[in-house]
Amino acid sequence: MSKLTKKIIAIAGASVFVSGAAMAADLTVVSWGGAYTKSQVEAYHKPWMAKTGKSIVSEDYGGGIAEIKAQVESGNVTWDIVDVELSDAIRACDEGLLEQIDHSTLPPAPDGTPATEDFLPGTLHDCAVANIVWSSVYAYDSSKTRNWNKPTKMADFFNTKDFPGKRGMRKSPKVTLEFALIADGVPVSQVYDVLGTEEGIARAFAKLDTIKDDIVWWEAGAQPPQLLADGEVVFSTAWNGRVFNAKNAEGQSFEMVWDGQIYDLDLWVIPKGSKNKEAALDFLAFSTATEQLAAQASWISYGPARASSVAKIGTFHSDPSIKMADHMPTAPANFKNALQNDFEFWADNADQLNERFNAWLAS
Amino acid sequence: MADRQTVPPEPITAADGTPLKKKLAQALFRSRVRAASLVLPLFAFIMASFVIPIIALMWQGVYNDTFSSYTPNLTEQLKVWDGINDPDEVMYAALVADLKTASADRTIGRIATRVNQEFPGTRSLFTRTARKAKNLKPPFKDSVIKASKKWDNIEVWRAMKITSQDLTPGFYATALDGRYTVDQGFISQDENRQIYVKLFWRTMMISATVMGLCLLLGYPVAYLLATLPLRTSNLLMIMVLLPFWTSLLVRTTAWIAILQSQGVINDLMVYVGITADDARFSLIYNMTGTIIAMTHILLPFMILPLYSVMKTIPPSYMRAARSLGATPTTAFIKVYMPQTIPGIGAGGLLVFILAIGYYITPALVGGQDGQLISNMIAYHMQKSLNWSLAAALGGILLAGVLLLYWAYDRVVGIDNMKLG
Repeated sequence: MSKLTKKIIAIAGASVFVSGAAMAADLTVVSWGGAYTKSQVEAYHKPWMAKTGKSIVSEDYGGGIAEIKAQVESGNVTWDIVDVELSDAIRACDEGLLEQIDHSTLPPAPDGTPATEDFLPGTLHDCAVANIVWSSVYAYDSSKTRNWNKPTKMADFFNTKDFPGKRGMRKSPKVTLEFALIADGVPVSQVYDVLGTEEGIARAFAKLDTIKDDIVWWEAGAQPPQLLADGEVVFSTAWNGRVFNAKNAEGQSFEMVWDGQIYDLDLWVIPKGSKNKEAALDFLAFSTATEQLAAQASWISYGPARASSVAKIGTFHSDPSIKMADHMPTAPANFKNALQNDFEFWADNADQLNERFNAWLAS
Repeated sequence: MADRQTVPPEPITAADGTPLKKKLAQALFRSRVRAASLVLPLFAFIMASFVIPIIALMWQGVYNDTFSSYTPNLTEQLKVWDGINDPDEVMYAALVADLKTASADRTIGRIATRVNQEFPGTRSLFTRTARKAKNLKPPFKDSVIKASKKWDNIEVWRAMKITSQDLTPGFYATALDGRYTVDQGFISQDENRQIYVKLFWRTMMISATVMGLCLLLGYPVAYLLATLPLRTSNLLMIMVLLPFWTSLLVRTTAWIAILQSQGVINDLMVYVGITADDARFSLIYNMTGTIIAMTHILLPFMILPLYSVMKTIPPSYMRAARSLGATPTTAFIKVYMPQTIPGIGAGGLLVFILAIGYYITPALVGGQDGQLISNMIAYHMQKSLNWSLAAALGGILLAGVLLLYWAYDRVVGIDNMKLG
């Protein structure tokens, strides 16, 4: 056998070995990518791998329960633990796609408070355990010189006369319709009551009509900071943590407008039939412990779901002068006019409003 | 003479005594089996990976047993219910029994999702009542309505009656902007929710436009390829094939870089002074972007069949026409072009059929008015998880393509097509 042939075989063997190792990870964790996944890798994955000696493969996805459904129904579940939005967690749980989670296995707070009392109200569910509170806000690039006063209200986002230019919005009726109603003067406490009526829906779409030609639609969470940095839009709705990280980790001069913010939860769920269920449960308990949730908050400005973690929120990992607590959606200064996403409303009306939203987009 | 004629002719036999005719048939049969067994793997592959999945998916468009399989008691009752009188105690009892099982088995979400497709806004009615189901006491009619007043609405029951029928035209009705109801049959959808018919038309229009543009741009290129000296035409051929071999995503993303409002073309136009800096053209994230990118991506599918046809046309025909007094234009129109029709047909059909199913490119550069019906199908497959509706939309698209193919065959003739 010539030297070259040997070498080729060795390389081929090595690559088989490497790909084999990647396939045989002990746990596959799926999340939303970008700065958010990075915060989880730093705060959850690395310490867990160090503690247990097991390996994690981190995958990105764009939300929704389609992949989970496909995996569970085909009997080939390759995802072990997934970060989902609340309405999706409830829906997937109702459809029997998720493993049930026994809340008594979650670790208590350092002072001994049981997990069921330590987690904030509404963050524990039959099949899901929340890790963060995140928020949809809108942001702009303050380094670009423009002839307008600082925007302060949700209504300013829809005001193309005083704030001309393109606007980025998430291509989904969820949050978009609520923003439109808030901008149209509906108090946050009544948004879902209004949106529950035909007139309310018409009112929201009528408000959106006023800026329709100026909207650039985005779909992935990493897009809005990019759109703003490129100057493609002057305003964009965005997830607050992404804007925060673009500003503080990448040096962009983005500002957020917190008025009319809509906050929601991200939760861990375990698809039914996960091949590494034990490891997934262990990871879930580990990552939602007081310490880890607090640690994540120093990587991205999303609020931890435990009361005991809120007290421990520190400073930004690369800049000790930034107190993370001030940048959370729930910080008093930011929380003045906030709306919680109503998962039940969206579970009921998502199909209908999506249909109408798509028809509106195409018209 | 007469005698000899009535005697049947002695059959010619082979060496082993069997009639030659039989022997020949055997030999032919054997060779046919051999030929078939060579094709068999491909045939099995196409059946398993193409034909059967398509049939299965089409079937999903008219058949959905989600509701009936999880609510056996209620389905039984709904079958005999006329859909006009108020539902009675027996039906409510069946409802409670099924909700109890569904709640315990965690199948309530599937039932709720299915009914919610027919009657939006009822999802939480099912999930919430199911949670309370084990505590409900007879008489069930009163206790269920007490749990939620919405059960008193006969429309909820009508929606359940519709969903309890496994074989349903409902999804095809939805796919054509209609609705199928118990009491009124087919009715048309509310105007502000109509979308699919419009998208089917748009898909046809964009595909036809792309086909036309491809022909317009591809014809001269194919002509050059076929007529230039080999050295030059080879170089030209490489320029056609190189993008053809490049990934679809790369080409689409390249167009984003070129066409976006801060992109190459807009920068150039601002620099030259054609447009002002704050009034840049919107060339992407709209229908224009979709058409430009799709035309570029599908161009080789037009050029290659055209080229292969033009290559076979002897240049002497044109020379003959000219020497007989035709002007270059007449010679081209009367002599050259008719001979390229097989290529035009093949390229046009290929581009049109590929364009009709396009989905990644419109998704990336289409914005809101450049979305095609395939984007809607993908949406129902991936986001809303309404696979039956996706199947119905796909079925209509497939029927449309077959119809066009048939029309093409009638008008141009499918034998008159040359792919290479």
